Amino acid sequence: MNFEFFFNNLPELTITGLAFGAIYALIALGYTMVYGVLQLINFAHSEVFMYGTFATLWTVIALNAADANGVKLIAILIVALFASMALSALIALALERVAYRRLIERDAPRLIALISAIGASFVLAELMGLRDRIAGWFGLDDDLSEYVGKARINNSMAGTLEKPRFDVGGVSISSIDIIVIVAAVGMMVLLDQFVRRSRLGKGIRATAQDPETASLMGVNPTRTIQVTFLIGGLMAGVAAFLYMLKIDTTKYDVGFLLGVKAFTAAVLGGIGNLRGALLGGLVLGVAENWGQALFGGEWRDVIAFVLLVLILLVRPTGLLGESLGKARA
Amino acid sequence: MRRNKVVGLGAVVLTLGLSLTACGTTEDGDGGSDAACDLKLAFFGPETGPAAGLGKPIIQGMQLAVDQYNDDADCDVEMVKFDSQGSPDEAPSLATEVAGDESIVGVVGPAFSGEGAAAGPIFAEAGVPTITPSGTNPGLSTNGWDTFHRALGNDATQGPAAAKYIKDTLKAASVFVIDDASEYGAGLAGIVEKDLGGAVKGTDTIQAGQTDFSTTATKVNDAKPDAVFFGGYYAEATILIGQLRDNGYEGKFVVADGVKDPAYLDAKDAAEGTIITCPCIPDTDPAVAEFAADYEAEFSEAPGTYAAEAYDAANVFLDGIESGIDNREDLLAFVNDYDEKGITKQLKFDETGEPADVHVYAYTVKGGAIVPESEIK
Repeated sequence: MNFEFFFNNLPELTITGLAFGAIYALIALGYTMVYGVLQLINFAHSEVFMYGTFATLWTVIALNAADANGVKLIAILIVALFASMALSALIALALERVAYRRLIERDAPRLIALISAIGASFVLAELMGLRDRIAGWFGLDDDLSEYVGKARINNSMAGTLEKPRFDVGGVSISSIDIIVIVAAVGMMVLLDQFVRRSRLGKGIRATAQDPETASLMGVNPTRTIQVTFLIGGLMAGVAAFLYMLKIDTTKYDVGFLLGVKAFTAAVLGGIGNLRGALLGGLVLGVAENWGQALFGGEWRDVIAFVLLVLILLVRPTGLLGESLGKARA
Repeated sequence: MRRNKVVGLGAVVLTLGLSLTACGTTEDGDGGSDAACDLKLAFFGPETGPAAGLGKPIIQGMQLAVDQYNDDADCDVEMVKFDSQGSPDEAPSLATEVAGDESIVGVVGPAFSGEGAAAGPIFAEAGVPTITPSGTNPGLSTNGWDTFHRALGNDATQGPAAAKYIKDTLKAASVFVIDDASEYGAGLAGIVEKDLGGAVKGTDTIQAGQTDFSTTATKVNDAKPDAVFFGGYYAEATILIGQLRDNGYEGKFVVADGVKDPAYLDAKDAAEGTIITCPCIPDTDPAVAEFAADYEAEFSEAPGTYAAEAYDAANVFLDGIESGIDNREDLLAFVNDYDEKGITKQLKFDETGEPADVHVYAYTVKGGAIVPESEIK
């Protein structure tokens, strides 16, 4: 164990851990909200995120961000953010419509919906990974080569953004990490307030508590479920954009590992609980970094998951408990 | 309680999902024809998947050899492709499929070390001669598989060459070694680490598929090495070097053949100056000039990494078929006794299947291209 390195670099390890943890947290929201309302794990949510990363990538290519700077670059990035949110939300809504709605309406067992989700996840991932061939069927692969080329892994965004670092009391911090943390936490606070205060948010909470009574009180369950998927998709889109700012590279199966981690974060914080997702994501991100610093990279996931098991042993419903329906939201 | 059950169930199904990766297999119609005319050679390696970029030149190099043979032959040899996606999980079932088709007399591959380790016992059992044009883990030849052959130097020669380059040419006094925990990457990094001895100031391991290397970057910054060696593939290397440079690392970056792929250049400025070692012959070498010209005419691109080695490997089999061999057993004996000049080197295998003649070359990334620098002697 390398304690000297760990303590010397604790601030930096913590900040980079928080930044990636914030991305986990934004993705975890999608899992947690759908679970809160439907008691269903939407395993295709990782693909919702993945499509968002490609939306950012395509926007950056289409608007030629590599040659832009200053205000223009910021404008392009804002467009990319909205493109990511839009595409992710669209995929999330399509998922709800195609993979879930009929199953839910007919009261199919949850296990069936779970299999449907896993199937949808593979289909979405491979559609992205094979898009060069799909474009080829229409003879478009040459015209669209910038967008469909490098179908499996795409690094085209690398080097587009400068990532200045600054020193605070001898600690070197990346500006991107700060942007990611601030943006993610900001979005979470907004969403928390939305679910607590707005009419739609009340509907979501009511449906989570008791769908039948909620619909007797005039809450449209189908609409509520749609809104839940929509919000999960929008947040995944933000996560995807921030992820691309930080990492630059995406691939057709990028959602897989991140999805597992985000799902873990949701369970860690208490699945069904919005604030739990935030806390779970941040704790997981920091735990991974600290674990790697102390024990080496091969232990990164071991530390994170041992932590998960330990916390669940003491608090079986996660750090903050399961409670989308409760007034605390 | 109900909720907890659903979560538990979810976890189980998720785990299942992890292990059930989509599996595309190739059906080859009838097996076991006796006519020498129906012989097939198989390519075994990634045609799709995250490392597909490394598979393509191997496929094309082999294709060129087979096409050239077929131009003059009475009976065409068919080339069949078994797409493992480079994954050790897919390899055993595909290898069983190869073994079951008696008309497949030889295999060019498995392309990667991990899948080679997984598929090797099956090929050995079925007696299918294999020549890998790219799998460099030294352990592959130590399993007593009579069927295993390698058309290039292994990491036990590449590793010391990389270490020698770091010591003698870069004159690095302190080195940080990173590996990707794969059969190939960890093996190579281990050899480099051992060879550099006291110069190694720190090590770290990343996971294939990981994208956030901030802790590794912090470790590198803390150690302040003159050079970083990374044992692994280009998918991670591309992201890793970007994050190391963003974090302010300014020293040398040394990698091995798994990174020698045009996709690595997507790291743009961050990739500049990277040293890549490779037991693969540069396409500018006079020995492969004719091959390079033919290859470019056929595929309208310069031969990629291991295209020439795959061409050589396929030609060993094709020489055997030309001499009238029509079964695996005879072809295996033929390959074991082979001693001819290939385009990349003198092709002769010792009893473990290692090549008798080995060269390692250094390449650098300069002006957005991977250019050969020199042979490491």
